Amino acid sequence: MSTFAGAALIVLGLLFFLSGTVGLLRFPDVFTRLHALSKADTLALGLICAGLALHSDAGAVQLKLLLIWLLVIVSGATCSSLIARAALAHGIRPWQR
Amino acid sequence: MPAVEMLFDALLLLCMVVLAWQGVHARNMFRAVVSFMMFGLLTAVAWVRLEAPDIALAEASLGAGLTGVLLLATLGRLAPERRRPRPRQAMTLTVLPWLALGLAGTWVLLAVTLALPAPGLGEAVFAAMPEAGVDSPVTAVLLNFRAWDTLLEIAVMLLAVIGLWSLGQDVLASPSTLPAPSLPALVRLLFPLFLLSTFYLLWRGGHGPGGAFPAGALLAAGLVLALLAGARVPRRMTGAPMRWALGAGLLTFLIVAVGVMGYGEAFFAYPPEHASLLIAVVEIAAGLSIGVMLTALFLGGEPTDSRSERR
Repeated sequence: MSTFAGAALIVLGLLFFLSGTVGLLRFPDVFTRLHALSKADTLALGLICAGLALHSDAGAVQLKLLLIWLLVIVSGATCSSLIARAALAHGIRPWQR
Repeated sequence: MPAVEMLFDALLLLCMVVLAWQGVHARNMFRAVVSFMMFGLLTAVAWVRLEAPDIALAEASLGAGLTGVLLLATLGRLAPERRRPRPRQAMTLTVLPWLALGLAGTWVLLAVTLALPAPGLGEAVFAAMPEAGVDSPVTAVLLNFRAWDTLLEIAVMLLAVIGLWSLGQDVLASPSTLPAPSLPALVRLLFPLFLLSTFYLLWRGGHGPGGAFPAGALLAAGLVLALLAGARVPRRMTGAPMRWALGAGLLTFLIVAVGVMGYGEAFFAYPPEHASLLIAVVEIAAGLSIGVMLTALFLGGEPTDSRSERR
């Protein structure tokens, strides 16, 4: 049962990765692309880590997966903020319809 | 090998070739550097696939991480690139001989690889493991059987730092003008983790993938991140303390190498009963020195007191 749930979580995570990548390719400027990529990929990684944790019996492995996700959340958010600020500082104006 | 794994390997190789091509033929330097960093990351994955986690760790932290940071920092100090149109016809003409040369080189390497004695030196290493003083064969080779090579590698890094310092003072770009409160906060959160992982890798080097080079690279990554977030080398650390930290690895290595001669052994021949302790001492000193040396390379010159007084 947990194997099936784990696989389902991983597939769901891959779908979020896919949507984030589509956003990166299709959105018009750096800010909207960041919006798509950072949120979708963070969630996707969380789902994949959760899925992998369900596949593992070892508590240490599950803890490591959780740690990986938390570290990526923190560093990903900071990186996105830095890229957006650098883009603003270089005079890139947010896209408007 | 299952089909999925073969598909993954094929995809990995394809991505690496494409990234290598992009690294050479990118439209501007920034793209080239980013391609190079991604190439380093995928190389690390390739080492994992080849079941060489030690090299994967070193490649990910040094090849993809710190080399990329050094290249980006260099790029930031260069004058803005002029856009130059590339004559298309000339490119195909220049590529053809290189392609032929590359294929010939690959063929020669392949022939040489096939001609090598099949098991290599692996069996000799495993036969000598009881005398190595450590459980990890990679650490045994790096810090015992072939410690001489590692000593020279550390000497080369130290020479690079000395060469850089002789060029001038600390040229680290002025603190970022970006108001980014999240970066210092991130560094405060992550720096203890960097230190913890550094010592974990040093400790782990004795019995598994880890050791001085990945540990030093991780330490340097933490220090560089702190520098990027606006931290500066504390004044009491400049001068003698930093020079001792830079030289500690090479110095410890040499003292151990020559010191064992006092016990009637050859240069670098650790007495087996003390090998474990000697390797641990050398590993810790080398790891710390490698971390400080890599950070010094990022700083780009000797941090000076006069500079901090001027501020």
